[in-house]
Amino acid sequence: MTAELSMLIDVSRCMGCRGCQVACKQWNQHKAEKTRFTGTYQNPPQLSPETWTLIQFIEPVDYDDNPRWLFRKQQCLHCTDAVCAQVCPTGAINKLENGIVYINQGICAGCKACVETCPFHIPKFDHHSGTVRKCWLCLDRVKNGLKPACATVCPTGAIRFGSRAEMLRIARERQQILTNQGFAPRIYGEKELGGQHAMYLLPENASIYGLPENPRKPTEKIIWRWLMGVIPGLAILAGIGSYLLKERSKSEAKTGGE
Amino acid sequence: MTNHWIDIRNADRIMIIGSNAAENHPISFKWVTKAIEQGAKLISVDPRFTRTSSKAHIYAPLRSGTDIAFINGMIKYVLDDMEKNPQSYNMEYVREYTNASFLIDPAFKLPADMNGVFSGYNPKKRSYSKGTWSYQLDSDGIHKKDKTLSHPDCVFQLLKKHVSRYDAQTVCNITGTPADVYNEVCRTFAESGKRGKAGTIMYAMGTTQHTYGTQNIRGYAILQLLLANMGVAGGGINALRGESNVQGSTDHAILFHYLPGYLKCPEEDDVSVDTYSRIKYEGKNKDPRSADWWGNARKYIVSLLKSWYGDKATPENDFAFGYLPKREVGKDYSHISLFETMYDGDIKGMICLGQNPAVGGPNAQKERKALEKLDWLVCADLWETDTANFWRRPKGDDLDDTVDPASIKTEVFLLPAAASMEKEGSITNSGRWSQWRYTAVHPPGRAKSDLWILDRLFKAVSARYKNQGGPIAGAILDMAWDYGTGDEPDVHAVAKEINGYDLNTGKLLPSFGILKADGTTSSGNWLYCASYTEAGNMATRRNGLDPTNIGLYPEWAWCWPVNRRIIYNRASVDMKGRPWDKKHPVIVFKGGASDGKYISRKWIGDVPDGGWYPLMNPDGTLRDDAKYPFIMKPEGHARIFGMGRVDGPLPEHYEPLESPLTKNPMGHATRINPAIKLWHEVRPENNKIGTPDEFPIVGTTYRVTEHWQAGAMTRNLPWLVELMPDVFVEMSVELAAEKGIKNGNKIIVTTARGTLEGIACVTPRFKPFKLNGKSVHQIGIPWHWGYTGLARGSSANCLTPHVGDANTMIPEYKAFLCNVNKKEVV
Repeated sequence: MTAELSMLIDVSRCMGCRGCQVACKQWNQHKAEKTRFTGTYQNPPQLSPETWTLIQFIEPVDYDDNPRWLFRKQQCLHCTDAVCAQVCPTGAINKLENGIVYINQGICAGCKACVETCPFHIPKFDHHSGTVRKCWLCLDRVKNGLKPACATVCPTGAIRFGSRAEMLRIARERQQILTNQGFAPRIYGEKELGGQHAMYLLPENASIYGLPENPRKPTEKIIWRWLMGVIPGLAILAGIGSYLLKERSKSEAKTGGE
Repeated sequence: MTNHWIDIRNADRIMIIGSNAAENHPISFKWVTKAIEQGAKLISVDPRFTRTSSKAHIYAPLRSGTDIAFINGMIKYVLDDMEKNPQSYNMEYVREYTNASFLIDPAFKLPADMNGVFSGYNPKKRSYSKGTWSYQLDSDGIHKKDKTLSHPDCVFQLLKKHVSRYDAQTVCNITGTPADVYNEVCRTFAESGKRGKAGTIMYAMGTTQHTYGTQNIRGYAILQLLLANMGVAGGGINALRGESNVQGSTDHAILFHYLPGYLKCPEEDDVSVDTYSRIKYEGKNKDPRSADWWGNARKYIVSLLKSWYGDKATPENDFAFGYLPKREVGKDYSHISLFETMYDGDIKGMICLGQNPAVGGPNAQKERKALEKLDWLVCADLWETDTANFWRRPKGDDLDDTVDPASIKTEVFLLPAAASMEKEGSITNSGRWSQWRYTAVHPPGRAKSDLWILDRLFKAVSARYKNQGGPIAGAILDMAWDYGTGDEPDVHAVAKEINGYDLNTGKLLPSFGILKADGTTSSGNWLYCASYTEAGNMATRRNGLDPTNIGLYPEWAWCWPVNRRIIYNRASVDMKGRPWDKKHPVIVFKGGASDGKYISRKWIGDVPDGGWYPLMNPDGTLRDDAKYPFIMKPEGHARIFGMGRVDGPLPEHYEPLESPLTKNPMGHATRINPAIKLWHEVRPENNKIGTPDEFPIVGTTYRVTEHWQAGAMTRNLPWLVELMPDVFVEMSVELAAEKGIKNGNKIIVTTARGTLEGIACVTPRFKPFKLNGKSVHQIGIPWHWGYTGLARGSSANCLTPHVGDANTMIPEYKAFLCNVNKKEVV
């Protein structure tokens, strides 16, 4: 059995240099987005099919009048209880034994069931390929014994990658150190949604970082109702056949999918 | 850096001031983070709350340009606390290793007694005669000292008197720092003064780019000496150099006032090697316990001339010393001065290698205009730079409304250059490590290395001289220039020449200790002698062993001088050679002892600053054959009182040239540094200076992680442009409210020199400063943008003035006056 892998994002160490954001684009050969400065350092403003990871710049304003600046690396958390894989009608989203949740671009029909149901709003629909895309923890690198690109460039060691057991061990160690420093740290993703394969060490509560305190899957009823609306559409999509296949093979080449 | 990057992890206290290390030197935070996790406290001092501040235990805001007040107040705190709690400080270090005990000429006067200037000031010349800034000597020429530190003429008492005016309330009224935060900074950093504790100061351009930048650093030096933080692991004053190889380029004399290895540039009255060596370097010390290392300079200048002129440098022709250019005494050839001269039409041509002054130079509109006066301009760069493109630059803020190229006569050559990964050679990092790099990929197209470009240029100039002759042709034609026969010059031949040879045997030299003044040795840079020896190219070493466990990694690359990783390290031990910090010993004396006397010499750890015996035997008797630890100063002691600078032996607070205060808040009549050159007075054309009634807001400039310097390298990379696409202006919520500006609005910043269009970044990270109850606003602008490349925008340097530091002439980019308004939408 393959050992479960995980990324550990130690938010207390992140200083927002965004080396990870560029490394991701470089390795996955993603296009730069045309952006504008809108009053925050955060750019692009949100995840997209071409931006699989993003540092969120958060400036809390109501804290003893002292400025603060928080940075959180946003990306797919690769849940064990991966609702995206569960709702995927075509089986394009695979939960691999090592924990990586991976969208097979050759099978994805672009129904957006995962887009609608992900509790973290991670998967993004790509109008060019007609598929949904997101972080795949650099599966191509990982399969060859390398760390994901983002983890190789982080100057402060805020992004680590290895066996999930080892990442948890480090997280607990860091949690203790931060506790001693007066923080109330939380290992986010240890238990959440069955355990994630990209965990956060948060120095304080999750909501300040824009994360749900208790991430939950949508109820089955909601999922089912939503799917009922999608399935007839899927049948029509399937009928388009050859055209879609061509598009898929293009996107497959782009992401280096299996 | 006196120390090096990895060493930051050894610190107990880290003060980052005049630097935004997390953003501009992200890798430093690998070690800052490590130190914090081992219990270190991080203090961030900055006008605005930065990514560095976000990681700090204490964030102390200060108004741009008030570092001296800030530091002098800290010095006062330490001196006051020393009286109450001497056990919390290392008084032996202060007494024995610094010039605290030295007596100064009784005629010397402090600014408090001289209406803001030190004794010796000549207001007409705007300069000092330094006669009274000198030590008292006894009849043998030895410095008079008072080891009790109580004599009113001793440095310690003079310092005490000087900083007594900088009480916390006065300081905070100048800097705008909240008093409680300031006190916490003082208390926290002073804790590094205890024996066995270390505090480091990390600084960068926020410190230097002021009209008193050098004095800012002097303030840090004084503080660090009082806290016994120089020479120890986790201590030091650490300049984070702004480019990967700035340290290397400085070592190899990119600045006008130095030859390689920081040998002083000869001046017109240096008529021979002998006068040069005698006047500038020799006989400065009579104390036998002082090594006075610069007394060896004659060996270094002769070896340098042998390296440059080879067989043509002989004792008979004074080693070709006459060929060296001599600068006019006191004449300034720095950036501002060059561009002022160019503006006057006195400079005909310019070569810009990897420099983009049209964006990076102060008062950029004037400097762009100055380029029009050139007959020719050569730019060697990776991309077409704004400088190379100046002949079709925009007239104002509208980037598409350009000047008429037909009106500009300058002939511009653009040479495609190789990037650092496309060529082999050394690069010297801030920690003085010379690390060899190899060609990873070949340069694209016809791009060439700088070495190739300079080699061809030299050969072409040389051929022209040979055929047509010219003034001082020997200076060119007699030069030893042999870097192989290949298309690419042999970079190893250059590196070996820099190291130097024994000219009798032809062998590479192992150390500068054996350089000679008789012409039998060569060395292109004495500081790098030992970098490339018969044992090989030391810069290529990649041994990751750390026998000392303090991160010295002595066999990783090579470090000047003589692979010494922490300079002044003989101050890290007590007079008997035992480390103050037992946990992080830099060096330890392990010589044999008998009858209470050391009888053999052996140091372990880092390469010591001289391998002499410790000053004191185990039985407490002083040794005659020992040397004081600060070997680069003639008196062997670190200077709390520093007579080497042109603008005062101790730092005094002055306002920036453009400041919101019309008077010096220290209560005297000297508002600005009295020794700076006032370009707006001597050359008023296009050198306007603003006043606070018209421009009430303080402006400053800085960099962001995502862009590099003047931007040519990064504004053309789509992934980086995506992260930081536009010029933005950071300002407080309060200022934005006053001006009716909303986050993301287009705004116009105006100074007496020009305007800038940018996007407002309204943030609680900037706060108005309260100065004596009055609110003063400050804004900040990254300066990376220009009119050429993928991401274009106004250059912040269109706003900054032509005025520089009194000692170095580094421009005052960090503090000027401006106004801000919302851009009217047509």
